[in-house]
Amino acid sequence: MNKILRWLVLAIIVITALAPILPQFVWSFSHRWLFPSLLPSQWSTEPWEYVFTATSRVGEGFFNSLAIAVVVSLLSILVGLPASRALALHNFRGKSAIEWLLMVPIIVPGIVATMGIHQVFIRLGLTDTFIGVCLVHLIPCIPYMVLVMSSVFANYGTELEDTARTLGAGTFSVWRFVTLPGILPGLLVATMFTFLISWGQYITTVLIGGGTIITLPMVLFPFISGTNYPNAAAISLVFVAPAILVLIFTSRQLGRESSVMGGFGRL
Amino acid sequence: MTSVVLRDLTRRFENVTAVDRLNLEINSGELVAFLGPSGCGKTTTLRMITGLLLPSSGDVLFDDRSIVTVPTEKRGAVMVFQKHLLFPTISVGQNVGFGLRMQKVEKKEMDRRVSEMLELVKLPGFENRRAHQLSGGQQQRVALARALVVHPKVLLLDEPLANLDANLRLEMRELIRHIQRELGITTVFVTHDQEEAVMLADRIALMFDGVLQQYDVPQAFYQQPSSVRVAHFFRNDNLLGGTRRGDQVETALGVLQIDAARQRILDGAVLVTVRPEDVNLTPNPEAGNCVEAKVLLQVYMGTHTQVQLDVAGHTWLVHGTADFQARVGDPIRIQLPQPRIWLLPVS
Repeated sequence: MNKILRWLVLAIIVITALAPILPQFVWSFSHRWLFPSLLPSQWSTEPWEYVFTATSRVGEGFFNSLAIAVVVSLLSILVGLPASRALALHNFRGKSAIEWLLMVPIIVPGIVATMGIHQVFIRLGLTDTFIGVCLVHLIPCIPYMVLVMSSVFANYGTELEDTARTLGAGTFSVWRFVTLPGILPGLLVATMFTFLISWGQYITTVLIGGGTIITLPMVLFPFISGTNYPNAAAISLVFVAPAILVLIFTSRQLGRESSVMGGFGRL
Repeated sequence: MTSVVLRDLTRRFENVTAVDRLNLEINSGELVAFLGPSGCGKTTTLRMITGLLLPSSGDVLFDDRSIVTVPTEKRGAVMVFQKHLLFPTISVGQNVGFGLRMQKVEKKEMDRRVSEMLELVKLPGFENRRAHQLSGGQQQRVALARALVVHPKVLLLDEPLANLDANLRLEMRELIRHIQRELGITTVFVTHDQEEAVMLADRIALMFDGVLQQYDVPQAFYQQPSSVRVAHFFRNDNLLGGTRRGDQVETALGVLQIDAARQRILDGAVLVTVRPEDVNLTPNPEAGNCVEAKVLLQVYMGTHTQVQLDVAGHTWLVHGTADFQARVGDPIRIQLPQPRIWLLPVS
């Protein structure tokens, strides 16, 4: 009975996760698919051929999105790791204010903040630049990095580091042999989160990138609004691929490391 | 073999003084317990010995040399914590060898010393196991082996037996005592359990609220406590007010003879105490040092009878024999044996 229930739940999860993608898959191979037919009346590989042409700019968008997401993830680690450690393990004046401020980008709509930032970035000459887009992506990414990692650090504690230190390990060795291996699963998950958040940004990229920096969502958007469903479907599948890979990877990590999701209890 | 001296050691956290002018000398090879209720500053003191925490003022000396400016990793004071014992991502063998690896000891030599140490803690051949495959007691022993393998100058144990069940506790206690004797490592352990301190330690440092109350051999805490509070911590609340004059104390219940040479309190107002197990409930008619009391309550405890008495308005707890019989409310004549009387300062 228990086993049947478990399979049932699993089936529901798989169906709800994959069902929306399935029509996209069919769409991406169709030429004509009109209501009320169950399947397209004419099949075609044209949408996929289109994806791989230079004029589609899918390739350019893909590599821009990838480059931005990688840089944003690395910057998030750089900023978020020390911050989350401080928040998790130390008490200091203004700590709750900082915790609250970190939540703000999750609460305030990105478009509102980005409009303000746009003004500042124009003055700083950061609009229409790669690094400008990366910086604006950090705003929604850092809170997730800090949330996940502060929970990981709090869970890991400092006793093992202290133990290592008394056993003769210097600052670098403690980090290399004790801290890093301990937080690595959590760090991977947090990095995946930030990667995906950056990967999915649209409004912020459009506003700050100003059309100079073309990312995958920007390539995709005109097809959706223009009702060219077959092309939109093919591009959207390219767009969703990393997310599915990450989902598979993190679900395995999350199964092992329940502490990783602990930070979301604060939301 | 290292001696440890704490000199006026003080640690303040914002406006709280966690450890207040602590002075203590630990002989080379001695096993000392820091005892006290939680929050008394014993773990703070331990961390200051390791260097994980810097003192606000005062000094820590190893072999008469100040080490407060020496960083933790170079002090040779190894600490074993009560939880998060083992590095989770590496094997038991790598755990034990961690300190040697930090010292860049050659692989062969390292393996030899690791297996030797695992044998000492009675876990031979456990090198390739993982921390999560071990029981709590086994993890504790691996943690101990990991600390001992580097031949520490000082071994520091934070509540080493707190997370173990009763049987393992006994076993671990024996093991710590045995290894400590065999290797002769100066050892300090922290505990809130007075029984554990008494059974394991050469000397006990009892702390309340960051202040050292008494530093002495275990017997002294029973027979010669320094204050009412110390006596209370060792489960002796039997008190009777009086005035000492030489080898006599005048009390509301008559004059008691005392061993003057044994006492530390001078003539004047004192509190007389006798431990629950030292009061004689069935004295001979001609015995000296007898006083009148009243039975308030008696509880049969199997091995003995616990009797509550009213002694001149104070409630005393006394251990009688298992077959002791008395009726509640009955007057009773009890003897306070002269060699067992201890005088406490009036607080």
